[in-house]
Amino acid sequence: MPSLKDLRLRISSVKSTRKITSAMKMVAASKLRRAQTAAESARPFAERMERMLGTLAGSLAGQSGSPPMLAGNGSDAVHLIVMVSADRGLCGGFNSSIVRSVRHLAGTLLAEGRTVRIMPVGRKGREQIKRDYGGQLIEGFEQLGRKGVAFSEADAVARRIANMFAAGEFDVCTVVYNRFKSAISQEVTRQQLIPFPASPQTGAADAAGKAVYEFEPGEERILAHLLPRNLAIQMFRALLESQASEQGARMTAMDNATRNAGDMLGRLTLQYNRSRQAQITKELIEIISGAEAL
Amino acid sequence: MAEKILFELVSPARLLVSSPVEMVVVPGAEGDFGALPRHTPMITSVRPGVLDVHDGGKVSSRIFVSGGFAEVTEDRVTVLAEEAIPLAELSRETATARLLAAKQALADAKGDVDRAAAEWQFEVATAMDAAAQ
Repeated sequence: MPSLKDLRLRISSVKSTRKITSAMKMVAASKLRRAQTAAESARPFAERMERMLGTLAGSLAGQSGSPPMLAGNGSDAVHLIVMVSADRGLCGGFNSSIVRSVRHLAGTLLAEGRTVRIMPVGRKGREQIKRDYGGQLIEGFEQLGRKGVAFSEADAVARRIANMFAAGEFDVCTVVYNRFKSAISQEVTRQQLIPFPASPQTGAADAAGKAVYEFEPGEERILAHLLPRNLAIQMFRALLESQASEQGARMTAMDNATRNAGDMLGRLTLQYNRSRQAQITKELIEIISGAEAL
Repeated sequence: MAEKILFELVSPARLLVSSPVEMVVVPGAEGDFGALPRHTPMITSVRPGVLDVHDGGKVSSRIFVSGGFAEVTEDRVTVLAEEAIPLAELSRETATARLLAAKQALADAKGDVDRAAAEWQFEVATAMDAAAQ
């Protein structure tokens, strides 16, 4: 049975915890709004880019000599997994679900006898995966998008990936990130970046001969520009989506924590009042029985 | 001229313009071209320069784009620009400052990748400076 003083201390500590979690919730909520707008306004560009690239890929399909970034370099021995997680914790299952997905993917690939490299973006993901796949980890990025994701940051990541690909350090690149669905739900998404996966619907449209495009200056020249751009754009999108998801996950987690603290506070207060009353009764009995004995 | 073409200007951060207009003059990599309704479908890269939007029989807006890509179909022009600033908002000072910074970066650049990036930045800044004058 805890003493009254112990109970008072616990109540005040739970109270301050609740204050902190509710403040974190507010902060996450306001950041979420901004991140969500950013993520949603970046979608049109990424979608149109994909559509354009799909058209180009469709018109080049079957031709030899298309750029390796589009068609692959004919091998799939080395996989690069770009893992987009958060720099900070306290956001529910956000980081763990990314890590779980990466671990699963890496496990499958390794079992198939492929080589796996993992490029972590964000501190938390790296820390969690280090134990199991420390040997596969390569240098990654941290502290991206502290003041909203800038395109230049995504560009830096993309350039690094492109350089590694050009140097033949990997054959297939997949990015794993949380796609933002709503404040309470995020979806772990695996997107293959290299080689560019030609989407079936654009292929079908071309087969119907609906759109015959002219290219200026030439398919190859445009592709040479468009592919690295696309890489940066898709990376940008992944970062934005992940950022919005992180804030959403944190908001939900902190909302739960605040509610739990409230419940706990209720229980503790009840217990405190009961034992206070019991003590008063006990003291009264002592006084009365003392007076009667005289 | 009742017929209009849907003009969309998108930057990585957001959708800037999406409205039907009479004609768009795009600075293509191999020369400027005007896109009118029922233009041949084509895809082209865009060089840094000024994009003119014609509507209501006159130039309704002029926008600086720092390069990108354009997709033209019969009823739609989509310009994917890395950066797009309406000419009215472009000040001469910022353009000049950027040109100087780009010159410096080009002088400092080491390695092929950096040099290529710096050269591109320089090209963009030059076009921007010219547009701002």
